[in-house]
Amino acid sequence: MQTLAQLLGRRHKSSSGKVAKERLRLVLAHDRANIPPGLLDTLKDEIIAVISRHIAIDADDVQVTFSQNAQESRLVADIPLATKNRRRKR
Amino acid sequence: MAQVLTITSGKGGVGKTTLTANLGVALAVQGQRVVIIDADVGLRNLDVMMGLENRIVYDLVDVIEGRCRLRQAMVRDRRVSELFLLPAAQTRDKSAVQPQDMVRICDDLQEQHDFILIDSPAGIEQGFRYAIAPADEIIIVTNPEVPAMRDADRVIGLIEAEGKGPARLVINRIKPEMVRRGEMLDIADVIELLAVDLVGIVPEDEGILTAANRGQPIAFSKDGSLVRQAFHNIASRLRGKDVPFLTLREKSVFERIFRFMRSGGN
Repeated sequence: MQTLAQLLGRRHKSSSGKVAKERLRLVLAHDRANIPPGLLDTLKDEIIAVISRHIAIDADDVQVTFSQNAQESRLVADIPLATKNRRRKR
Repeated sequence: MAQVLTITSGKGGVGKTTLTANLGVALAVQGQRVVIIDADVGLRNLDVMMGLENRIVYDLVDVIEGRCRLRQAMVRDRRVSELFLLPAAQTRDKSAVQPQDMVRICDDLQEQHDFILIDSPAGIEQGFRYAIAPADEIIIVTNPEVPAMRDADRVIGLIEAEGKGPARLVINRIKPEMVRRGEMLDIADVIELLAVDLVGIVPEDEGILTAANRGQPIAFSKDGSLVRQAFHNIASRLRGKDVPFLTLREKSVFERIFRFMRSGGN
């Protein structure tokens, strides 16, 4: 019964309606803030350059994302430090 | 005092003219005194949608440039008591109309009508600017699809920047069967993403095309079709009535069987 229910009731994970919603969410956020998606790459490169001058970071895993909801727009930079740096220096 | 409503969308082809024609008809059928203005100068279409194309003598630009009086350019729709069309010029372009021209024309129409509906051109340029200039309220038409929604969002932003907001939304050409399969944005998705108030939902219907073929807007029909009801409901809401939204979501056979099984066959 459970299998049948899953078969009949399930919304396909990649249904195009869901995909449309997620794509729209992103594109509207960028349009509203007038931040073209390519700008985030530029920001990311410059952030990496600046921070690397002072701290060893894991440049490959740096993520700069933009999010927006009804209340606020937010630029989020996730910058992992290089592993060796996490040891305490003496 | 007439209420001036501009129907716009950003993107073309989402159903502005169809909505304007049918809202005009529905409001007139409901006893309102209505003028519909085709503001798409150079690409006149509201006349053919209404089936009034053979009765046009003068147009909007003739009025603006003083070649005729406003009343002479207004085509009366004889199928209903108080419905007039002010057609766009076909052989001119948008530069022939300034925002203050539209304001002046709507001021002249204020006294003797209840609703003035303006069918805006697509886009966000001059035509859009003069179409929204006299508006008391703006209705955005969109389809539940990515490009139309993106353009609608842009237009909503422009309208707010002009101090003309908040706009209200009509979601047009919903296909309940596709929504059910998860292959189309549903009404909740659209409202959440665009963050505006909803004033109507209109299902996709072949009857719209056959009505346009005949120049007989579906809002005139006496059939019980959902799409006719949708237009009349929007008209009622514009008159301030509280009308519940149509239920467009069809339950599939599978869903019904599943529900039946889960309920233990009761």
